[in-house]
Amino acid sequence: MIKRLFAFILLIFTSVMFYTIFSNTVQSTELKGVAKQYAARGADELGAQNLVTAIVVTYRGLDTLGEVAVLFLAATGVALLLRRRKEDEVLPLSEDKPKRQSSELLRTGANLLAPIMVMFGVYIFINGHLSPGGGFQGGAVIASAVLLLFLSDINYKINHTVFGLIESSSGVLYVVTGILGIFLAGGFLDNRILPLGELGSILSAGAIPVIYTLIGLKVGTELAGIIDNMRREN
Amino acid sequence: MNAVYVTGFALIIIGLWGMLTQKNMIKMILGLAVVETGVQLIMVAVGYIGGRTAPILDSAVPVKDAAEMIVDPVPQALVLTAIVIGVAVNALALTFVVKLYQKRRSLNITDYKDLKW
Amino acid sequence: MTELQQGIIILMGIAMVVSAGLAMYVKDLVSSVIAVGVVSLFASILYLILQAPDVAMTEAAIGAGLSTLIFLYALHKTTDKEEEND
Repeated sequence: MIKRLFAFILLIFTSVMFYTIFSNTVQSTELKGVAKQYAARGADELGAQNLVTAIVVTYRGLDTLGEVAVLFLAATGVALLLRRRKEDEVLPLSEDKPKRQSSELLRTGANLLAPIMVMFGVYIFINGHLSPGGGFQGGAVIASAVLLLFLSDINYKINHTVFGLIESSSGVLYVVTGILGIFLAGGFLDNRILPLGELGSILSAGAIPVIYTLIGLKVGTELAGIIDNMRREN
Repeated sequence: MNAVYVTGFALIIIGLWGMLTQKNMIKMILGLAVVETGVQLIMVAVGYIGGRTAPILDSAVPVKDAAEMIVDPVPQALVLTAIVIGVAVNALALTFVVKLYQKRRSLNITDYKDLKW
Repeated sequence: MTELQQGIIILMGIAMVVSAGLAMYVKDLVSSVIAVGVVSLFASILYLILQAPDVAMTEAAIGAGLSTLIFLYALHKTTDKEEEND
């Protein structure tokens, strides 16, 4: 009872704080500071049409490297904790119910749809610098394709060797691309190591398509690995 | 525009209430997910400038006067990172809940008071 | 911002707050998980009205899709019957 009272007082205090902040804000009417410099110089310096992609990959590239590291840590933690050892107690949960294979209509439909979804994901991250999209969105769509195959077929197992190889080589190549920036261009994760090209074509913006392809493959296989670990492993 | 701020703040308060008062561990993590959604909504709404368009420089937004026609792209880049990290944190927290359940068969947080003095 | 956009913002805002309140209040865990997925989905629509297409795509793919499925898998592993043990 006392705990609920304290929680309620905390929420009242938070609401008062929010109201004070909210009543004193004025919505801005023009770009200021860093955003103005990014908008004015982003297209000429980097050659990317999508400004959010340009900021995420080059101007704030270290944040993206940190995010990829955090995602890797979380996937490793999930895989480590949910590993099934042989000497663990067998859980008497609903594993004893016989599992029924889904109908052939569902399986055929999912097998036809999954390659199209993977292709769509690859399209999203290859066009990251020209239209809304990028590595994280494309990786999530690829993981959704793997999830569809999990849900439609109970005998589907992913090949852990291939997935581990793709994930680790993508991560290593991402850091190598960053280090190449030190030797060939301005600094770490600079995208001018490849030629900038003309604005609007697919082979433009230097190393941004390369970096986003690597990030997309890494995030996609990582999320698929997390989902595979959280299923009932048998 | 004020409606988005009010929605975001209401989501934060509802999520905080859920995290503080619920006893089921999965409900606590659901509260965390709601708080994250509210915070990201407020961050994107701060960067909105009325009457302008998305920060993509295609044929509708020419390059030389881009700085007068687009909304602020920096909060969008930050929120992109925050969404992905949010799902990673949720997955790891749920793994902890699953391991705790395998030890003691209960999802109630009052059964795990071994470290309280 | 046109009248239609203002109307959609208010409608989505009310739907999100009601869904979040229901998610924290009901006893059935599957309903709570689906309600949080609905909050993410409507937030994705709001991001589109706030002129942020990248964020809308990411929230729709990750928040309303993969996060809900991860919660449902965790729920499947921790209960015999899907209701709250109190």
